[in-house]
Amino acid sequence: MSEVLLEFKNLGKNFGGVRALDGFDMQVKRGEIIGLIGPNGSGKTTSFNLMTGIYAPSQGEVHFDGADITGMSARKVYEAGIARTFQRSRLCLPLSIFDNIMIGNHARLNTGLWFNLFQRRALRGQVEEFYTQARDLVAGFSEDLAGRMFDPVGSLPMIERRRIEICRALISKPKLLLLDEPSAGMTHDETAQMMDDILAVRDRMGGLSIIIIEHEMGVIERLCDQCVVLSYGRKISEGSYAHIAADPEVQSAYLGMD
Amino acid sequence: MQNKTIPDTRWMGLPHLAVGLIVIAAIALFGWQFLLADSEIAVLGMVALAAMAAFGVGKTGLNKSMSAAMRNHGRSMNIAILLALVCVIFLLGGEHFPLLMLTTTLLYMTVAFGLNAQFGLTGMVNFAGASFFGVGAYTAAVLTNHSALPPILILVAGGVFSALIGCLLIVPVVRTAGHYSAVVTIAFSVMFKTFLEVNDVLGGPQGLMVGPMKTFGWDFNSSPLLMGMELSFYVNYALLGAGLAALAFMFVQRLERSWIGLTLDSVRLDETASACFGLNVVRAKVLAFTFGNILIGIAGALYGMMISFIAPNSFSFSDSLLMVAIVLLGGLGSLWGTALAAVIVVLLPEKLQILQEYRFLLFSVVVILMLLFRPEGLMPRKVRSYFPNWRPEQ
Repeated sequence: MSEVLLEFKNLGKNFGGVRALDGFDMQVKRGEIIGLIGPNGSGKTTSFNLMTGIYAPSQGEVHFDGADITGMSARKVYEAGIARTFQRSRLCLPLSIFDNIMIGNHARLNTGLWFNLFQRRALRGQVEEFYTQARDLVAGFSEDLAGRMFDPVGSLPMIERRRIEICRALISKPKLLLLDEPSAGMTHDETAQMMDDILAVRDRMGGLSIIIIEHEMGVIERLCDQCVVLSYGRKISEGSYAHIAADPEVQSAYLGMD
Repeated sequence: MQNKTIPDTRWMGLPHLAVGLIVIAAIALFGWQFLLADSEIAVLGMVALAAMAAFGVGKTGLNKSMSAAMRNHGRSMNIAILLALVCVIFLLGGEHFPLLMLTTTLLYMTVAFGLNAQFGLTGMVNFAGASFFGVGAYTAAVLTNHSALPPILILVAGGVFSALIGCLLIVPVVRTAGHYSAVVTIAFSVMFKTFLEVNDVLGGPQGLMVGPMKTFGWDFNSSPLLMGMELSFYVNYALLGAGLAALAFMFVQRLERSWIGLTLDSVRLDETASACFGLNVVRAKVLAFTFGNILIGIAGALYGMMISFIAPNSFSFSDSLLMVAIVLLGGLGSLWGTALAAVIVVLLPEKLQILQEYRFLLFSVVVILMLLFRPEGLMPRKVRSYFPNWRPEQ
């Protein structure tokens, strides 16, 4: 098993004449937390969308766990073991916590028509089995939340929603977790709690790699082993947080100096 | 299923099941008398009574007791409801017109259950409900006249044809996201009626005769005898209609309370996120659309056989709108709400002739008010519980 879990080779994406991402090379090792940072519009979310099969790249390759996943459909990528959360929370608000987490578990659900309509006893076995798994996962974040598995997600505060989103991504036991601005819309205290959650998750799920897009530098400093900085679709720096924070090119990209 | 202790919701100290059975009996009695009422004053009085009762139900906690009965004794309650319906049908016995109204309501209910799987669960609004209903009815007309197929199979054929035509329509729909299905189905609805009107083989604007339902030597157009009493032949159709509505209810409810229901909800709420989690969005849409159209087609075939004469005018765009109104009024995804709304939308204009002329206007206003003030419908859908009497250990 190779050390490297994910590799971008010369990855690029054009939207019409706009180069959203250009010649992006990156490696993610197993068990590593990578911070992906850069000003607005620098191609961070685009690179997530390229990885997860929402967009097809205009150039370059994505390799994951020893296989070429370039241009694969979102479904296939998910089944290969990449799960994500979204910049703006994309939970199904009218559905219960349990339902939302089960959407993440979709690859393991039996969605056959005959099974669902007529083999109700077997279906019940599956519901009970996955309920236990989902509940345990949620209980790892909050016991209180685990007692409300059948409450609609719309009734929960932001931090709890983010936790449910992370649980939804984790239930499929992915090898790589992509977090798109996990601190968005949260207070300072909530952000601190969220960071504890993420570190705890990595310890619980041995060998899980995480890529985080984040504007909150405190989060990046505390969580990330490595950072990659994008600006106008190009990688301008990478290395430890201390290294990139001292890089004059990074400073000028963020502060707009010449 | 909740961690919170469920407060004691007993109504007047009675067990939930007893309360449930009393309510079912009361509704059945009311329905029987309502169907028989012939003066407009009596009908208006009964509507007022029902509205007051509905208001009182919330005040006295009766609704909580009712939902507890449905949750804990689902099977007994469902059987009781079906039995009550059968009793009402036999009590109406020889009354042609009330039985015809009841059966029409039950068939529209079946249609609305099908539409609910499409619209309420999957978010694909189908403005061609009446057209698919018509496909079923015309299939029945052609097959009863020109083939020796047993009528019970003709009912199935009505569903199959309606589903097949639906499969053609859905091809452009699945290529796009959002409410595109509305545009496609509106176009189909308008085209379908015009097609029938200019098509001489299908009788043109005059329409076609439809042969009766027959099964195992039982001719539905002959009057059954019960203890020496001759009943209306509509009793046959009402019983079959009740069975069909009950089956449709059961299927759509099971669909909703399953992984498939979850998949459909997820597709409705966020297609992109669904695809990210490996859901097959196209399969979900095709499945829901086909499932709904089968129910609508079967109901249409039986409707054709019952009224024995069909014409393009019965399957117009405005009828489709009424069907969608039933779903909106009852509550998206709420089956009991749909059943109640079907009764209101179909039965009320029949009983109050004054409404008949203005029913499209009236229901448009009602739907607009509903969307403004109570968008979740008369009986809002609850959070899914896969097995209502299952409470996991907390």
